[in-house]
Amino acid sequence: MNIKKYLLNEKVIISLFSVLISLVIAAIVMIVIGKNPLVAYAALFYGAFGTKEAIIDNIMKASPLILTGLAVGFGFRAGLFNIGANGQVIIGALLSAYVGTLVGAYPFFLSIPLVMIAGMLGGAAWAAIAGWLKAYRGAHEVITTIMLNYVATFIANYVVNGPFQAPGGVPKSPSIAYSAQFPNIMSVGATSLSTIIFVSLAAIVVIYVIIQRTTIGYEVKAVGFNPYAAEYGGISIGKNVVLAMAISGALAGLAGTTQVVGVYGRYFGALSGSMGFDGITIALIGQNDPIGIALAAFLISSIRTGSNQMQIAGVPKDLVVIIQGIIIFLVAANRIIKTIRIRKRKEAEA
Amino acid sequence: MEKVDYSKYAVVMKGITKRFPGVLANDHVDLFVKKGEIHAIVGENGAGKTTLMSQLYGLIRPDEGKIYINGVEKQIRNPNDAIEAKIGMVHQHFMLVDRLSVVENIVLGQEPVKGPFFDLGRARKEIRELSKKFGLLVDPDAIIEDLPVGMQQRVEIIKVLYRGAEILILDEPTAVLTPQETNELFEILKNLQKQGRTIILITHKLNEVMAITESVTVMRLGKVTGVVKTAETNPNQLANMMVGREVLLTVEKEKAHPGEEILQVKNLVVKENRGIEAVKGLSLSVKKGEIVGIAGVAGNGQTELTEAITGLRRVESGKIIFKGEDITNYSPKRRREMGMGHIPEDRLKHGLIKLFPVYYNFILGEHDNSKFSDGIFLKIEEIKRFSEELVKRFDVRPPKIDLLGMNLSGGNQQKVIVAREIAFNPMLMVVSQPTRGLDVGAIEFIHKTLISMRDKGIGILLVSMELEEIFSLSDRILAIYEGRIMGETTPDKTTPEEVGLMMAGHKLEDIRQEA
Ligand SMILES: Nc1ncnc2c1ncn2[C@@H]1O[C@H](COP(=O)(O)OP(=O)(O)OP(=O)(O)O)[C@@H](O)[C@H]1O
Ligand SMILES: [Mg+2]
Repeated sequence: MNIKKYLLNEKVIISLFSVLISLVIAAIVMIVIGKNPLVAYAALFYGAFGTKEAIIDNIMKASPLILTGLAVGFGFRAGLFNIGANGQVIIGALLSAYVGTLVGAYPFFLSIPLVMIAGMLGGAAWAAIAGWLKAYRGAHEVITTIMLNYVATFIANYVVNGPFQAPGGVPKSPSIAYSAQFPNIMSVGATSLSTIIFVSLAAIVVIYVIIQRTTIGYEVKAVGFNPYAAEYGGISIGKNVVLAMAISGALAGLAGTTQVVGVYGRYFGALSGSMGFDGITIALIGQNDPIGIALAAFLISSIRTGSNQMQIAGVPKDLVVIIQGIIIFLVAANRIIKTIRIRKRKEAEA
Repeated sequence: MEKVDYSKYAVVMKGITKRFPGVLANDHVDLFVKKGEIHAIVGENGAGKTTLMSQLYGLIRPDEGKIYINGVEKQIRNPNDAIEAKIGMVHQHFMLVDRLSVVENIVLGQEPVKGPFFDLGRARKEIRELSKKFGLLVDPDAIIEDLPVGMQQRVEIIKVLYRGAEILILDEPTAVLTPQETNELFEILKNLQKQGRTIILITHKLNEVMAITESVTVMRLGKVTGVVKTAETNPNQLANMMVGREVLLTVEKEKAHPGEEILQVKNLVVKENRGIEAVKGLSLSVKKGEIVGIAGVAGNGQTELTEAITGLRRVESGKIIFKGEDITNYSPKRRREMGMGHIPEDRLKHGLIKLFPVYYNFILGEHDNSKFSDGIFLKIEEIKRFSEELVKRFDVRPPKIDLLGMNLSGGNQQKVIVAREIAFNPMLMVVSQPTRGLDVGAIEFIHKTLISMRDKGIGILLVSMELEEIFSLSDRILAIYEGRIMGETTPDKTTPEEVGLMMAGHKLEDIRQEA
């Protein structure tokens, strides 16, 4: 890939601008509330990258966010807004945990693929329901995926408080077989760097290749850009809507799976957190580009990881939420930035 | 430095240069438009006409050059500046909001208010006055999507006048109009001229240039190649200046040698979007090696007929038989695989993916063919090689296969579609308005190509609103009116007048009985 071309791409510039401007606005807010932004950002940076623990924590936070970001981004490519990544994360995690408890007798090279396939299939099937409803019943995916989020949450609550509960009365599943767990690369104190980061990195490459190089990617993009022309070209819209949702859901399911096999070793209630929704933010900032999404995931994980240190330095942690909000606003409203840039150019000419 | 007096010109564009990445769209273009004249700009597809006008209207900014309005130099940075300078533009593709009414569309962006409230009453009155003054009759409360194209165009013109335009730019206004609507438009333009307006008209139709303009600027490859008075030129000379060579304005073809029937349509009934029957029990057939032309005024079921044949629209009843097989319920994909090509009427809706590069657009429909895909991966190198070839063979300009579809000029977008469909080697080609928006050279080329396909034994169903095109290409002519065929004839046994009568709803046998 031509790096220079990539960096000069308008989309990249928009995202970078948005991040910069949001940092500036947050700095102004800090000055208004009487804090020194330089101190705060230094703390933020130190909190995210200053120690080994911080870096590990950062990477482990980014890892599932890359996957949910890719999930939402892939949906966008087909013109679909998958708000249901959270539900797909839950179903994927649940299913992989279940299969994880069954594969104790198998060697890792069988049990790990089995668990991952289970998690991806779970997420894919869950998302495909919304895809099918959209393609053949005309139900909008925003509505159905939100509803499916609730259903997934309730199912998960039920099973980890009943049929699939570990002894002891806590809402969590039994632990998965040792052979299905991903090994750690290193541990520092209580934080461990798991090999699951490689799953996320591999997913970036796979999705990049699917989008850029495959017939499936071609069809999905065609449907997303212009469904009429796609249909004219013999591309089945229904099939591709279901397929794109399924691939999106598989990625979200994989995010849930990595938490089971690499972080907790089991399913438990709050595992999904907000990673499904964060995926939307990340896909927007990353502009649906796999590499952009990876960078955006690291951006979000960094400001989150660093925010504690910032709090210690006396600046409210909630500021990172503001920063995140402004970035999204600016990316979504990229016209604003385009206009500013055009003005600038004109002023330069004048 | 010489100081020229430009005050008798409404518009002077001097030394305009505009570069796009890799394309010199305008190369030191000079344009002089006298006050109160109708001035035509003609030129090949991609010559830079739309680009030039977009700079006059402030949609894009020139890299070099100056613009003088009524003799005064003006900086036109955006359409607001243009409106302030009393310039208005009606675009190649309309920019109306479908769901809003005529008044609402016209006042959009300049909504009249009374205190805190929207004052449509006043706007309605002003619009009525404008309509009357210029003979632009249209119901202010009609919803845009219910109006025929010709009416929508009037709305665009009124919108421009409402904003006080003294100089009107019209970019290929007649490409989508019926001959009747075109005549009405010309009446309106002459009226506007009488009231002192200046009009710049972009068109590919040289007879229109001859009919209503005073002078013509000819462009070619981004440069001006000639400025002439209409009274001192003729279509052949204009075509020559545009294309840089002799152009055949009429088609030469041998007699057809039709083979067996390849397409049969039997008692077809198809509904349009609002659920009303648009094709009402229509039957026709196409043989291998012949061109069957469907003549008709827009909106008489042609769109629904071609969409039904190609599988884009559901059939209510009746049958479609292709190569002896009943394909009535086949998917578009299956029909393609059986060898049915389609040049669609609406190129931006069906024919082209604007955000795909040209080389992706060239394989639309064949992207999963083993030639371009091994089942999983696209054979990008092969696709690019194939595209380079098509771009050369069909003279797509600029010949850059990684340009996005939306960055091609209108006519070159059409060439991409036609090239793609012809390259698939279909056995039957359903062709709708194949030369809409094309320059004379490209029309000549497409016509020749269609004839040579016919001579190779391909069956062609041609739908066109241009009677001339129907007459010069067809071996058999069918006239359609309100979803029914009014009669069948051949070009040598009929006249445009007779076909015109059929298009107006008279059955052929009735016409001939009366005569
Ligand atoms: N945004 C853009 N980016 C790159 N190239 C462009 C862009 N807009 C126009 N062009 C190129 O500039 C040239 C002139 O285009 P323009 O639309 O002005 O042609 P035109 O004379 O109006 O043609 P047509 O008769 O087909 O409408 C074409 O080669 C076109 O591909
Ligand atoms: Mg044009």
